[in-house]
Amino acid sequence: MTQDEEDKDTLSRRKFIKNSGLVAGGVVGGSLLGGLLTNQFTSGPKTQTKNIEDHEALQHARVFFNRKKDFDTLAAATECILPEDDLGPGAILLGVPYFIDKQLAGSWGTNAKEYMRDPFYQDEQVIDYEHKDTPQDKSGPNTSTKAPTPTPRYQTRLNRGEMFLQGVRQINEVSKEKFDDPFTKLAEEDQIEILQAFENGEVPMTGVSSITFFNFLLQMTLEGAYADPVYGGNKDMMGWKMKEYPGPRMAYLDEIDKDEFILKEPKSLREYQG
Amino acid sequence: MVTKHDKVDVVIVGSGWAGGVMAAELGKAGKKVVVLERGEERETQDYVGVKDELRYTNRFEMMQNLSHETITSRNTLDETALPVRTRDEMMVGTDSGGGSVHWAGATYRWLPYDFEIRSKTIERYGEDKIPDGMTIQDWGITYDEMEPYFDRWEKTAGTSGEEDPLGPPRSNDYPNPPLKESPPIKLFKEATKNLGYHPYQVASCNVSQRYENPDGQVINQCQFCAFCTQYGCDFGAKSDPIVTVIPTAQKSGNVDFRYDAYARRVMHENGRATGIRYVDTRTGEEHEQPADVVALGAFSFANNRLLLLSDIGEPYNPETRTGFIGRNFNGQFNITFLGARGFFEKKKFNLYMGAGALGGTMSDLAGDNFDHSDLDFLHGGGIEIRQYGDGAIASNHVPKGTPAWGREFKKNSIHYANRSLQIWYTAANMSWWHNYVDLDPTYKDDFGDPLLRITNKYTDQDRNIAKFGIEKCKEIMEEMGADIIDEDEIPEEFDHIYQGGHYAGGVIMGSDPDTSAVNNYLQMWDMENLFVVGGSAFPQFGGHHPTATIGALAYRAAEGIEKYLNDGGGLLAQAKKETFIT
Repeated sequence: MTQDEEDKDTLSRRKFIKNSGLVAGGVVGGSLLGGLLTNQFTSGPKTQTKNIEDHEALQHARVFFNRKKDFDTLAAATECILPEDDLGPGAILLGVPYFIDKQLAGSWGTNAKEYMRDPFYQDEQVIDYEHKDTPQDKSGPNTSTKAPTPTPRYQTRLNRGEMFLQGVRQINEVSKEKFDDPFTKLAEEDQIEILQAFENGEVPMTGVSSITFFNFLLQMTLEGAYADPVYGGNKDMMGWKMKEYPGPRMAYLDEIDKDEFILKEPKSLREYQG
Repeated sequence: MVTKHDKVDVVIVGSGWAGGVMAAELGKAGKKVVVLERGEERETQDYVGVKDELRYTNRFEMMQNLSHETITSRNTLDETALPVRTRDEMMVGTDSGGGSVHWAGATYRWLPYDFEIRSKTIERYGEDKIPDGMTIQDWGITYDEMEPYFDRWEKTAGTSGEEDPLGPPRSNDYPNPPLKESPPIKLFKEATKNLGYHPYQVASCNVSQRYENPDGQVINQCQFCAFCTQYGCDFGAKSDPIVTVIPTAQKSGNVDFRYDAYARRVMHENGRATGIRYVDTRTGEEHEQPADVVALGAFSFANNRLLLLSDIGEPYNPETRTGFIGRNFNGQFNITFLGARGFFEKKKFNLYMGAGALGGTMSDLAGDNFDHSDLDFLHGGGIEIRQYGDGAIASNHVPKGTPAWGREFKKNSIHYANRSLQIWYTAANMSWWHNYVDLDPTYKDDFGDPLLRITNKYTDQDRNIAKFGIEKCKEIMEEMGADIIDEDEIPEEFDHIYQGGHYAGGVIMGSDPDTSAVNNYLQMWDMENLFVVGGSAFPQFGGHHPTATIGALAYRAAEGIEKYLNDGGGLLAQAKKETFIT
């Protein structure tokens, strides 16, 4: 992490502590806020020497992206998609880049359960197909349980890991070409402009449309922010706190018919499993 | 090397509601049965403590591993079909209980009109009402004949519901009372009542109280934990084969369940099925299971593909419109289930709670319950609100005009996380001469066998009924008091996304062997000891969720198989020449 990023990271933590107080104070009482503060303080000041003490931090290191600059580009892109604001942390503070790194290193990234046999056509029909972007919650019965992000259309020989590696490098290439600087150094509006070009399929990529890559990037950023913390994102359940989402529970039998909104302190899968 | 097993009375492919019901009934009747399930063995314990949205909803833990086999898909006859490669694009269940475990639990009986759609449409509107090329037909069975089987299945499943005020006659009430009413459902019911409709609670197989079914299996009370659709129930409170028909089959002592058993062929000679050839996917070893009766109770894709791979029945040819295996592909997908989403500024709902089938519905615009004389479509559907219980990843709905990402998206997605409700119209895709399934010429599975190819495109019927439904849903959402209402957009063309599992047809039932593959006992006209059971038998879809109809057909088929074995063979239904030829 560069010094600038360190500063930004520290700043965002401070801001979120303040904001959490505003959002949660008086509603949930002391325990949520207390837990948050404790967590923030025990993680300690971050320095270049990375005096890592807590167990959680030991579980975050790059296991897919070899080149740090690729990982940093990914991180900046996810922060653009889900930026830190008054409501709470953005993708970086939530751990989304590490979530994606871990996902790409596993069966999701290697397309272990997908049909990856030849031939992979790259004709007009396929290009047209990849440009269709039906949101996932718009496809038939029972799918309102799906994230409303576009469903990436898969007709490429590349697995997701390979696609991401090419994609983040291409983000940086486009950035240098257009703005003479790596993506991580750009102002937010310039970063947005580049990601929009990917979203619109305007950036040439090899073997896959930039739309497909972008849709995965969008989907995985939201997943990383809101999936259980066990996967490396949603740090300290801060994503769930923003959404007032309680995590896995045994039962709502006595509450399902209640009129008022019931705010609960989130519990993780780890706590649920005991 | 092929392992040859001892002959049994019946070999069944698939352990979902279709295969499971048949296994339970035939086992109870003292028949020796083998059930082949391609997936792994699962029990309720497998679903305890794993309420994990990413793993189940976003990574499709309970769905078929497509690296071994998938389908290919195209819109028209002159296109090259492309494989549906990822589980984002294709969700078909696997493992014990198949897709009947991850299902939501919404339970509807299809209507008298559904089963006799062709005759009843002609009777009321004349033959010209049916558009050219729409190949809808009667089932060869009526609602009244289906009623006892619906009743039977609902008792097995412990269905919890109240009577549809506009529904067809029932011999009995539901075995359990309806689920509790949550505030969104109350709001929906009030609004639809104000508009003159007849709302009622969705009948649910998330069971409303602890229940012991006639086979002695206990189903627990639903806790509304929200991890329901696309999950197995950790509490044994969603009725599925794992807590009902599979243990009943096992208790009989007559049924042998074999897992990791991938059926490759229906073996046959001299016009009779002789058994199933399958592979143990753990070893790659081939097995043969001979039987007096073969029953296919797999998902409609697998039922169709097994017949086509086994050279049984004449494959449908869309050019000449002859043949029948693969004919009338239909379902409920993509262009159906459209409606309106409302965003509420002054209300917050506990949307993180819910159950797969917790919902309100109405049948005023279902089937032919409303006059179609001046409408540019046939058929109808329910209008539903459902409170599935949203995960944190799924609850990212924002009003139209909000960018899909960035600062404004974040703000709106958090603000509306517990403030948006959706209602939809559960219309169905009818059958057309150009929508069918066959074998793909290019793509193969692990064993070199061709994949199933789907050819499907939308018609004006689909677009018109979708438009009608969206308009009605919007009116109801207005009455519900939403501050912002977004109407769903109608897709121009089928987009090859196979989500939701409501894909049917291809081995359709009827009373005329010229236009149907199986009779009303699900018995093949061309091969009397082969029964093909499940959604594959639907000549066209009903305007409601299909599971109860599959369960009822499975009881009907089980009765037929038992009769067939006891009587020493023969066709169980007489062929009738239909007056119409499609």
